[in-house]
Amino acid sequence: MASAAIFPLEARGVSVSLGGHAALCDVDLAIDARRRVVVLGANGAGKSVLLRTLHGLIQPSAGSILWAGSTERPRAQAMVFQRPVMLRRSALANVRYALAVNGISGAELECRAREVLARVGLAKLADRQALVLSGGEQQRLALARAWALEPAVLFLDEPTASLDPAAAAEVERVILEIHEAGAAIVMTTHNLGQAKRIADQIVFLHAGRVREQTSAADFFAKTSSPEKSRFLEAELP
Amino acid sequence: MGGWPQGLWGIVALSLEVSLAATFLACAIGLPLAGLIAVGDFSGRRTLIVVLNSLLGVPSVVVGLCVYLLLSRAGPLGPLGILFSASAIVIAQTLLCLPLVTALAREFLEESWGVLREQLTSLGVSRARAVPTLLWDTRFALLTVVLAGFGRAVSEVGAVMIVGGNIDGVTRVMTTAIALETSKGDLPLALWLGAILLSIVLALNAGAYGIREWSRRRNG
Repeated sequence: MASAAIFPLEARGVSVSLGGHAALCDVDLAIDARRRVVVLGANGAGKSVLLRTLHGLIQPSAGSILWAGSTERPRAQAMVFQRPVMLRRSALANVRYALAVNGISGAELECRAREVLARVGLAKLADRQALVLSGGEQQRLALARAWALEPAVLFLDEPTASLDPAAAAEVERVILEIHEAGAAIVMTTHNLGQAKRIADQIVFLHAGRVREQTSAADFFAKTSSPEKSRFLEAELP
Repeated sequence: MGGWPQGLWGIVALSLEVSLAATFLACAIGLPLAGLIAVGDFSGRRTLIVVLNSLLGVPSVVVGLCVYLLLSRAGPLGPLGILFSASAIVIAQTLLCLPLVTALAREFLEESWGVLREQLTSLGVSRARAVPTLLWDTRFALLTVVLAGFGRAVSEVGAVMIVGGNIDGVTRVMTTAIALETSKGDLPLALWLGAILLSIVLALNAGAYGIREWSRRRNG
């Protein structure tokens, strides 16, 4: 797993405008190594935009993303999307591809690819075409592909949103294993139970602004704003 | 239609030879070019797409005339001495296929880029590196493009007549032979050639359809 030298990951005064709409406004936050951060907020609050901006897929219109004080985007990061995007090749070849484009080759590539597939429980499906795997299997493959890169931080955009409970539980297990292996987790979800299980820190977004960044225990114990109360009341079962 | 007319297979072989060569060249240039346009983010991209699409409608005789002027003795490529040769036909057919292959492939590749863009960028794949990935990922869909290119090449008459001259045993291909034999009233040869041309196109399309179906069942 990559070193913690790229932390803290910081957003300083980050604003993002998409199609004339302010998706993020003056966001400040800091994420340390090995944290499990869950970003919560209603639809349209800017959760996915925040993850993409931190990951470098979206450029801020103002402010900056800093990795240990530097604006240079490190390679030691990966992202898994709500809908897994697979290449038209086998499960193993999907992982091999990610490793190859990141400069890993030969025996190490083969070894790492097979190892991560085994860790996510897909060893037997290594030669199966990725696009014919079930939704849960594809998401685990996406996690394996990300894990193979040994990221110091893994971004997850609602990774279990379209999965049944059993598949979601399996994905959660893999996410926690990746964290155990040394990666910080930054994840969005609408599932508050999942947030409680995974998070040690919560970032609560409302209308593109960070309303709260606190420990998970404090977040669920204290009421600090009407927006948060409404969000929790509407979302809690 | 009677028996095999004399010289039939020579004409068929030359037709396939020049059309396959032109299709290969058009794909070798057009597919990567389509990929670069699909993933590209450069000024003038939209204009380039409009020009490319407009080239689909250029009459083949105009392309033939341009190639003729290029290759004629007084033209810039005149010293090559390839006017009225199979090479001249390949050049004309390549120029006719190129816009078709590039424009159709760009559509497929742009759609695929829309799906894969975030994931590939996330993995650290550059736009240039994404092109071969997209080409491989859409390989079965691109078969249709290759076939369309071959269809355009093998069915071409006007440009081939201008730059090839329809010389018996040298540049006479199926389409120019059909035109000639029909005008001479030798309908059996024209009919044989027409039937063979149709069979080739039909067989290729059936093959491509089979491969696409196999791919759909295998890859989802």
